[in-house]
Amino acid sequence: MSSGLAAARAVGADIAARHADDVDAKARFPKESFTALREKKLLGILVPRSEGGAGADLAEVVSICHALGQACASTAMIYAMHQIQVACIVRHAAKNAWHRAFLQRLANEQLLLASATSEAGVGGDVRTSICAVEKKGGRFSLHKQATVISYGADAQGILVTARRTPQSPASDQVIVVLPTESYRLERTQGWDTLGMRGTCSDGYHVKAEGDPAQIIPLPYADVSAQTMLPTSHLVWSAVWLGIASDAVNRARAFLRIEARRKPDVRPAGTARLAEATSLLHLMKSNVVASLRHYEAAMQSEDKLASPHFAVAMNNLKVGSSRLVVQIVGEAMLAAGLAGYRNDSAHSLGRHLRDAHSAALMVNNDRILGNTAGLLLALRDEPELLG
Amino acid sequence: MYIILSRDSTREISNFKLSEHVVTHSVQARVRSVLKSAGGLQVDVDGLADDADLYAAGLNSHATVNLMLALEDAFDIELPDRLLRRTTFSSVGAIAAALAEIGVKEEAA
Repeated sequence: MSSGLAAARAVGADIAARHADDVDAKARFPKESFTALREKKLLGILVPRSEGGAGADLAEVVSICHALGQACASTAMIYAMHQIQVACIVRHAAKNAWHRAFLQRLANEQLLLASATSEAGVGGDVRTSICAVEKKGGRFSLHKQATVISYGADAQGILVTARRTPQSPASDQVIVVLPTESYRLERTQGWDTLGMRGTCSDGYHVKAEGDPAQIIPLPYADVSAQTMLPTSHLVWSAVWLGIASDAVNRARAFLRIEARRKPDVRPAGTARLAEATSLLHLMKSNVVASLRHYEAAMQSEDKLASPHFAVAMNNLKVGSSRLVVQIVGEAMLAAGLAGYRNDSAHSLGRHLRDAHSAALMVNNDRILGNTAGLLLALRDEPELLG
Repeated sequence: MYIILSRDSTREISNFKLSEHVVTHSVQARVRSVLKSAGGLQVDVDGLADDADLYAAGLNSHATVNLMLALEDAFDIELPDRLLRRTTFSSVGAIAAALAEIGVKEEAA
C-alpha cells in the first residue's frame, strides 16, 4: 500500500467517519477531514515532485477516493472534485510559468480547488458557456452565474469555464484558474439536499479578474475529453464504490451479530449479502478495468482521442452510479430494519441518500445522450483484450 | 477557373501538378457545401479560410456527428473509426485531407 493511501485510510477511519453523521445532519463542510488531509499533504499529492508535490499517479488518487468514500461520502467527493481540477492543471498547463508557480503554491499551502462549470441558462450542458473572458489593458475579467460551486466557500481557488472571447460561440470554451485573490463570490442559492450534504454545493455569482496567463491555452473541449471527463468518472466511481463497500460491510456486521445470537440458523439476510457482494465485485471490476484503460490511453494520443475511449468512460459513470444504488438497496434488505433505522450502528440511510446523487451529478440521461451520438458514428467494436 | 486553364495553351505546363491541385480544390468546395447544411455553424462558411478552426466557428460535438454522417452520404464513403477524431473535423482543409487519405478524388468532369 502506498504511503498516501495508508495516510488517507487513517484520516478516513479516525476522523472522517467520526464526523460523517454530523456533517450530514448539519449539511456543513467536513472541516475536520480537510484539516487532517492537509496535515498529511494529501491535497497536493498529484503535483509533480519537481514542483513540491508527491508526484502521485491517478491510481493512488482513485484508491484514496475509495478509502475516504467508505468513511464519509461528502469528504470523499470533495477530495475527488479537488483532484480533478489539479489533474487538469498538471496535465495541460504544468509547462506554463504561471501555472507551474500555482502548482508549487498548491503543494506548499495545500490549497483546496473547486470548480465552476455549470451556469444558469445553459440547461445543465457544461460544454456550453454564456459568460466570456473579456480582455482589456493586459488583464481579463469574468462574471459567471454559477448554479453550483461545491464547497465554494471553503476553497482556496476555483477553475472556471467560459467562452474564450465575448465573440466566441457557446461551445468554444477555455478554463481559467482563479486563485483566491482573483475572485469574489456572492451566494445565490443554498444546498439543502437529500444526500452529499457536506459538499455544500451552493450557487454563486463569480466575479473574477486577473492575468490572462491564468487561462489554460488548450481548448476546454480537449481538456475535458483527455482529462476532466475520464478523471471525473473514475474518481466519482471510486467514491461511490466506497459508499457501496461500507454499506455491504455494515450489513455483514449486522448479520454476524445475528449469526452469533442464533448459531443453528443462517440469518435470512445472508442471501442478500451474497447478492450485494456479487454486484460490488462487478462494480469494482468496472472501476479497475476503466482505470487501466485510461492509463493505457494516456500513453497514446490516438487512443485518448478515440470515441471508443469516450464511450467507455461514459459507460463507467452510468454503470457505477446505477450499481451503487442497487448495492446499498441489497445491503438494506440484508440488514433489515437495523439498516433502515437512523439510530442504529448499522444504519444505511446516509449511504442510500448519498448514493442517489450519483445518477444526477451530470445527469445519466445527458451522458447517455452524448454516448448515443458517438455510437451513431462508430462502426468497429474493439477486440476483447485490445 | 481550372476548367478554363485546362482548356487553354497552358495545359502542357504540368498536367500532373494541375490535376492534383484541381482535386484538392474541388473536394474542399464539396466539403464546404456539406458544412453549410450539416455543420450547424452560425457564421458564413464561404468566409472561412481552409485552415480556419471550425470549433472556434461554433462546431460542437453533436454537429460533428451530423457532419460526419453528411460527409459519408455526400462522398459515398465510410469514415473508419481511426479518423473519428476531433482533429479530423477541425477545418475544411483537415476534412479534405482525411477524405484524400481514404481515396476520395475529384468527381469525374
